[in-house]
Amino acid sequence: MTPIAQVSNLAVAFPSEGNGWRRVVDGVFLTVGEGEVVGLVGESGCGKTLTALALFRLIPEPGTIAAGTVRVGGEDVLALDDRRLSSLRGGLAGLVFQEPARALNPVRSIGFQVSEAARLHLGLPAGRAASLAADLLAEVGLEGPERLVRAYPHQLSGGQRQRVLLACALAADPRLLVADEPTSALDTVSQRQLVELLERLRARRHLAVLFISHDLALVGRLAERVTVLYAGETVEIATRRELFEDPRHPYTRALMQAQLRVEGDGPARLPTVRGAVPRAGEWGSGCRFAPRCPFAFERCHTARPALSELEIGRQARCFLVGDAEEPSGQL
Amino acid sequence: MGSSDGAPILAARQVARRYPARGGVRWGRDRELVVALDGVSLELRTGEILGLVGRSGSGKSTLARLLLGLETPDEGEVTFDGRPLESLTGPERRRLRRDVQVVFQDPHAALDPRQSVGGVVAEPLAVHGLFPRAERRGRGKLLLAEVGLPGEDAFFERSPRGLSGGERQRVALARALASGPRALILDEPVSALDASVRGQVLNLLLGMHDRTQLTMLLIAHDVRLVARLCNRVAVMAGGRVVEEGPTRSVLESPTDPATVELAAAARWLSEPPAGGAARTPGEPGSMR
Repeated sequence: MTPIAQVSNLAVAFPSEGNGWRRVVDGVFLTVGEGEVVGLVGESGCGKTLTALALFRLIPEPGTIAAGTVRVGGEDVLALDDRRLSSLRGGLAGLVFQEPARALNPVRSIGFQVSEAARLHLGLPAGRAASLAADLLAEVGLEGPERLVRAYPHQLSGGQRQRVLLACALAADPRLLVADEPTSALDTVSQRQLVELLERLRARRHLAVLFISHDLALVGRLAERVTVLYAGETVEIATRRELFEDPRHPYTRALMQAQLRVEGDGPARLPTVRGAVPRAGEWGSGCRFAPRCPFAFERCHTARPALSELEIGRQARCFLVGDAEEPSGQL
Repeated sequence: MGSSDGAPILAARQVARRYPARGGVRWGRDRELVVALDGVSLELRTGEILGLVGRSGSGKSTLARLLLGLETPDEGEVTFDGRPLESLTGPERRRLRRDVQVVFQDPHAALDPRQSVGGVVAEPLAVHGLFPRAERRGRGKLLLAEVGLPGEDAFFERSPRGLSGGERQRVALARALASGPRALILDEPVSALDASVRGQVLNLLLGMHDRTQLTMLLIAHDVRLVARLCNRVAVMAGGRVVEEGPTRSVLESPTDPATVELAAAARWLSEPPAGGAARTPGEPGSMR
């Protein structure tokens, strides 16, 4: 499969309190094939959002991409000039953020905002903007699209705004949709509806989707392949079936066991992972999961495992399954 | 486990609550009213963990605010130990404030960043005059230990700002426990937490219930959470309690469409994913 997006050994750094830089993402690998749905899963502070922003070269100042490569649509994102960068953002690839309340402009009509990308990137004449916006709003499952075009963000519910943002991201007919935690503010019924909507959009438009979520169960409903992040690095890449049937990284295994399930005979304890995710950039020289890992041995605390290919398309960063280690002195 | 036939600590009887409509431009006095609660009755019985489950906007949190006495119902009444809240005397009101505690979803907003962790936890002791001033610090440390946080001075003096989500939620829980409450109202207590930390907090709650039979009302939109923790569940939709009963029977043979929808979403999230490519659109998903 041709990758539509490819991130290799990405590092993102922010100035630290002293005068140096601190890498808060360091070692992210990610590939999204043309028309493929990939899940990017990990807990808060593990680098999910920064990885998504790096695809658009939108790392907020004063942060910077300190190492690695980012390619979207076959082009080196880090080398794009302004014109090509703007045709990537919202043109080739659309981005849906987590907080629908803040992403929409309160003083512009829904129709104006939904059609913006099409006017900008496809040169759509203003006269056709309203009908395109209505079509898009209908496509994302909103009722009364002709009326909605003239509405303003404050008149919509949270779930409606989320769908409006999705319509905005689709306006210029992108080949890649990056959805960053689009469901985390929604209840479980709305989560299901949104995932099913993404599934339909993806099939109809032959759209590649990068679905970012902290919720492994949700990722498992939508993604064909899953990339697991922990503490700023990719720790496992697998098809969803491989991942759910046979997780290779102890962190993935722990996440799997911590999933809530509906079956249950009343109150029962959940398996847990001791400790907490380390704060961004505050990790030692060994494996970043070692302090919480029930299987850690001596080497895990001193050397950092590299992401090793286990089978074709299957990778994990753990000494239990691969011997390769990262060169020391990275930090 | 908890005596499910325990006497009700808190009860709502036929409560209704309406708010002026939000959103939409409307001038003048005739603002539309939105019915948040419509004739809801619910008992929180001594020793039980009751689940209150429903979609966003179904009225769960409004009901919680009425039970806590933070708002007054437009119709119906809320009782505490059988006495209507409006008829409580000053001392009885203070007892309600002490006996019924609440933990919200977002401990960020709930913890005063200008206070130390210890200050946050020990404040209710001072407010309710529960321990001599000299003993409050020691008591605060015990509370921190009870929720699995370090009881040492360095942690006691820290600002809540630097804590992780799981730690903040434990601090909020320690504060809620400080006054020695008989009931805890937990409004989405783990939905802001990471999966690996969520289990720790849920197990803490279960352990506490095992030891002390503390009565709990767990409010959640995720049926999986309620299935895990609660013996009894009430389902809300459109400002009403549409179904109520033992968790297992409600979830296995739901009768109301709202329960069916919530339980189906939870099952959908619980299933191991199908292999290979994603399902074709139009297929009725994984409702079995």
